[in-house]
Amino acid sequence: MIIAITASAEGIDSPVDPRFGRAAYFAIVDTENDQCNSIPNEAVSAAAGAGVTAAKTITDTGAQAVLTGNCGPNAARTLQAAGIKIYAGVSGTVKEAIEAFKAGKLNETQGPTVESHFGTNG
Amino acid sequence: MAKQLTIAIASGKGGTGKTTIATNLAKVIAEDGKGVYYADCDVEEPNGHIFLKPQIEQSRTVTVPVPQVDENKCTDCGKCGEVCQYGAIVHLGNKKVLTFDNLCHSCAGCWMLCPAGAITQKKMEIGIIESGNSGDIHFAHGKLRIGNIRSVSLINQLKQSIKARDLVILDVPPGTSCPVVESLKNVDFVILVTEPTPFGLNDLKLAVDLVRKMEITFAVVINRDGIGDDKCEKYCQQENISILMKLPDDRRIAEAYSVGKMVVDALPEYRKDFTGLYENILQEAEK
Ligand code: SF4
Ligand code: SF4
Repeated sequence: MIIAITASAEGIDSPVDPRFGRAAYFAIVDTENDQCNSIPNEAVSAAAGAGVTAAKTITDTGAQAVLTGNCGPNAARTLQAAGIKIYAGVSGTVKEAIEAFKAGKLNETQGPTVESHFGTNG
Repeated sequence: MAKQLTIAIASGKGGTGKTTIATNLAKVIAEDGKGVYYADCDVEEPNGHIFLKPQIEQSRTVTVPVPQVDENKCTDCGKCGEVCQYGAIVHLGNKKVLTFDNLCHSCAGCWMLCPAGAITQKKMEIGIIESGNSGDIHFAHGKLRIGNIRSVSLINQLKQSIKARDLVILDVPPGTSCPVVESLKNVDFVILVTEPTPFGLNDLKLAVDLVRKMEITFAVVINRDGIGDDKCEKYCQQENISILMKLPDDRRIAEAYSVGKMVVDALPEYRKDFTGLYENILQEAEK
């Protein structure tokens, strides 16, 4: 199964980025073999709609679940429409997040966890 | 007067007394027998009506077009999502297209480009425009719907609704962002209201940069003169910017403001300051 984790840098040992739409990278991980492919988030500097654009990027990777800190309403709606499960409130490193996921320790989030524009500075 | 003059009252930050200057100026000019149109472009937080207490005669809803998708017609080309710069429409595949009205800027890109004719326009309400009279002053303001982001479109509609008078006074939202730029488009003269404090000076400089970039003639009014230092005045001298009026820091002005009273009504001795300001504007605008 492919899962996407928001990350503040490349690689499996980097910290989970608490923001979704404004996350620096997405770690796309295959849970079969823990292979990690880090892709930069092009929406990071988007003027608006970063959450939707980021959600579309993740949809295109074929991921079936997203692990992140917080997820806004527009992103949540997009991910849900694409049938991607959201696990918010995740912290630590990408690797730790994957392990927690595999161990069934994460709870699926049913809706947005923050208002719009959470990850914007100002 | 030969032609209509449009004056914008702006300030780099909120709370500088912009509305006090705009409304009292409108009042003394109207009392002088000139036709004045006051329009409050601060659509997120209009407050000119508190002082002018207009009789509202007309109210209309303002809408903008946003996309509506008939997913049955979609051929999964993905163009709509690619063209949208605002993440307001996204194509997820399998004829699934999501739209986000609250992010759309009505650029028309998606419905123009959709090869399948699957996207049509629907109307989204962004706010209302109310207009009427306050004595001899013609009054209008826009009120943005709570949570809506389309202030620029509402300001644009508000400005279009203004009917020709000798003089139009626009009360501009505070700051230097897009709604300010929209408000300042096509005006003849800008008054930047500032307070003589370090913060005031900082925001004044930002506002000066903006009006210079837009190539509009402008001058400064100092409000609450006496509360800070003389750095604003020195800056204006250096930059060759005229100061057209200094309204002193008078507790009675703040009191009048707090109960929604016009300065020129509550404290008639200030009337001459505002008529003087008007004369100065006319002189400056002709330069
Ligand atoms: S009209 Fe423009 S901004 Fe609105 S959804 Fe379509 S492409 Fe995006
Ligand atoms: S542009 Fe039209 S046909 Fe193409 S994905 Fe969007 S809605 Fe479907």
